[in-house]
Amino acid sequence: MTTTGAASAAGLDGTSPVSEYGTPDPGLTGDTITLNVFRGTPDDQQGDVTYQVPGVSGMVVLDAIHYIQHNLDTDLAARWNCKAAKCGSCSAEINGRPGLMCKTRIDELPDGPITVRPMKAFPLIKDLVTDVSRNYEINRAIPPFTHAPDDGTPWRIRQADIDRLYEFRKCIECYLCQDVCHINRTHGLLDRFYGPRFFVRVASLEMHPKDVLDRTEQTRDEGGLAYCNVTKCCTEVCPEHIHITDNAIIPLKERVADKHWDPVRWMGRRMFGNRDNDTQPPTPSPAG
Amino acid sequence: MAQVTATPTAPNAQHPEQTVLQRFRRDQPWWLLPLTVVTVLGGFGLYVLWTAFIESPPGSVNHVSEWGPYLSPFFSPLIWKSGPVSPAIFVLWSPLIFRASCYYYRKAYYRSFFLDPPACALGEMRHRAYHGESRFPMVLNNLHRFTLYAALVILGWLWYDAFLAFFSVDPANHGHVWLGLGTGIMLANVVLLTAYTFSCHSLRHLVGGGLDCYSTARLGMARNGAWRALTKINLRHPMWAWLSLFSVMLTDVYIRLLQHGLFVDPHIVF
Repeated sequence: MTTTGAASAAGLDGTSPVSEYGTPDPGLTGDTITLNVFRGTPDDQQGDVTYQVPGVSGMVVLDAIHYIQHNLDTDLAARWNCKAAKCGSCSAEINGRPGLMCKTRIDELPDGPITVRPMKAFPLIKDLVTDVSRNYEINRAIPPFTHAPDDGTPWRIRQADIDRLYEFRKCIECYLCQDVCHINRTHGLLDRFYGPRFFVRVASLEMHPKDVLDRTEQTRDEGGLAYCNVTKCCTEVCPEHIHITDNAIIPLKERVADKHWDPVRWMGRRMFGNRDNDTQPPTPSPAG
Repeated sequence: MAQVTATPTAPNAQHPEQTVLQRFRRDQPWWLLPLTVVTVLGGFGLYVLWTAFIESPPGSVNHVSEWGPYLSPFFSPLIWKSGPVSPAIFVLWSPLIFRASCYYYRKAYYRSFFLDPPACALGEMRHRAYHGESRFPMVLNNLHRFTLYAALVILGWLWYDAFLAFFSVDPANHGHVWLGLGTGIMLANVVLLTAYTFSCHSLRHLVGGGLDCYSTARLGMARNGAWRALTKINLRHPMWAWLSLFSVMLTDVYIRLLQHGLFVDPHIVF
C-alpha cells in the first residue's frame, strides 16, 4: 500500500514560510520534507504512506512525525516521551538504519524521501510501535545484584573499582542494539539469545566489586553468548556511545575463555585456586 | 502552521560527534568496505603463501627472506633453516591464527567474507541455520588466548631481530653499528606489532579486565593501572591491526627487493 497523506499545512504551497500569526517564521526553511512512514497492524493492511512536512531548521525526525500526528494523520501510532534522547522510547528505523527519531536530524540525512519504519526485530503492534516485552523477560531471567549476606551497608568502594561501570549505567534501554543485531533481526533467535543490551547488564553485574554471583555460565548457555560474532553493529547504533562489544561482550567472552579455553589459567586454578576474584570485598565501615 | 519547534541552527550543520571518517563512510555504498577488506586480506594471504613457500631469489636458502642484518618477520625466529621445508612453516601458524582469531579481524571477515552481516541492518544472503561461534569451526576462535601467548614469544624474537638490524654483518665491519633504511623499517614494524599485540582484548583482560575488585586483589591497583593503559591503546586496535599488517608485508617486500638487487639499502656504518 502506498498512499499520500493530505499536506494542507501552510508552507507547502510555494509561499514564503510564515508563522501561524502571519509573520515570517525564521525557523522555517521553506523546504518540504517527504517522509514514507510505515502504517499498519499485524492483522491489517501494511505499507508505506507518503507525507509532506514543512522543513524547520534543526528539525529531527520525531518533529516530522509529530507534525503528521497533529496535522495530517492523527491516528499515526508512535512511541515517544522525552524528545531528548534519554528515555529510549522513540526507537525506529530511519532510512533502514536503527536510530532514535528524536536524535536524528533531518539535515544530516541524504536528500530525498525519508523512510521511517518500526524496529524490525520485534513484533509489530501498530505503525511505528513494536512489542519489546521479550526484553523484560530476559531482564527478569538475569539474577539481580547480590552482595554477600554479611556485607552490611554503608559501603565504601574505591573509585578505581567502579569507574568502568559508569559507562554501562548510561544505557537508556532504547533496544536499538537488540534491533540491529543480526542474530535477532535476521535469524530471529531472541528466544535463546540475550542480546547486546543484556550482555551489558550482565557485564555491569559481573564487574561490580560487591556482587558475589557468577553469571558467566548462564550467559554462555541460556544467554547464547557464543552466537555473537562481534560484528559491532550494536556499538555503532548505540545513542549513548557505549562500547558494547569492546567493554561488555568481549570481556564476557574472555571470562568464558578463562574457564573453558585457557590451559594456563586452568593449570593455575588447579595449582593455586582462583586467585583473582576470590577475595572478599572490603569490610564495610561507616562513612566518614 | 507547523507544529514543529526547534532551535534554529545553521542549515546542514554536521553533527559535531561525527568524525570525517564516519561522514565519509556514511556517504559510501555498503559494499565498498567489505570489498576493500576482502581485497586487502585476500591479497595479504596470497602474498604470505608466495613469499613463504614459493619465492626463492638467487642466494636465498630455503625461501628465507634475509639480507645483511635484516630478517623478514615471516621467518623469525629462524628454525631449521636448511630443513626439508620452508622454515616459515614453524613460525607462521602462530601470528596467522592470532590474527584470524583476533576480535577485530573476526568482525572484519565475518562482515566481508561471510557477509554475516555485510553491514549493519542489512539483510544477509545466507539463510541457513546460524550458529555464530557456538560450533566448529568458529568455536576455535576461543583459542585466541592460547595464540596470544605464542604471539608474545614471537614478538620478543622480533625485537631481538630489530636489535640485530643495528649491527653490521659485513666481515669488514662486523659488529659495527649499522643504520640503514631497513633498520628503520624493521624497528617501525616491531613497534607497530607491539602496539597491535598490546592492544589485544585478551591481553587487556588478562592484565586486569578479569578482576572484579582491584582494591582487594593481589597487585590489584598495579593491574588496574596496566588495564587502563592497555585500554587506551585498545581503543585503536583496528588501526594497529591494519598498520601492523602493512608493516609486516612492507618489511618483507623491502628485504626481497634487497635480495633481488633491485634496491640498494641506504645506510651508514660506524
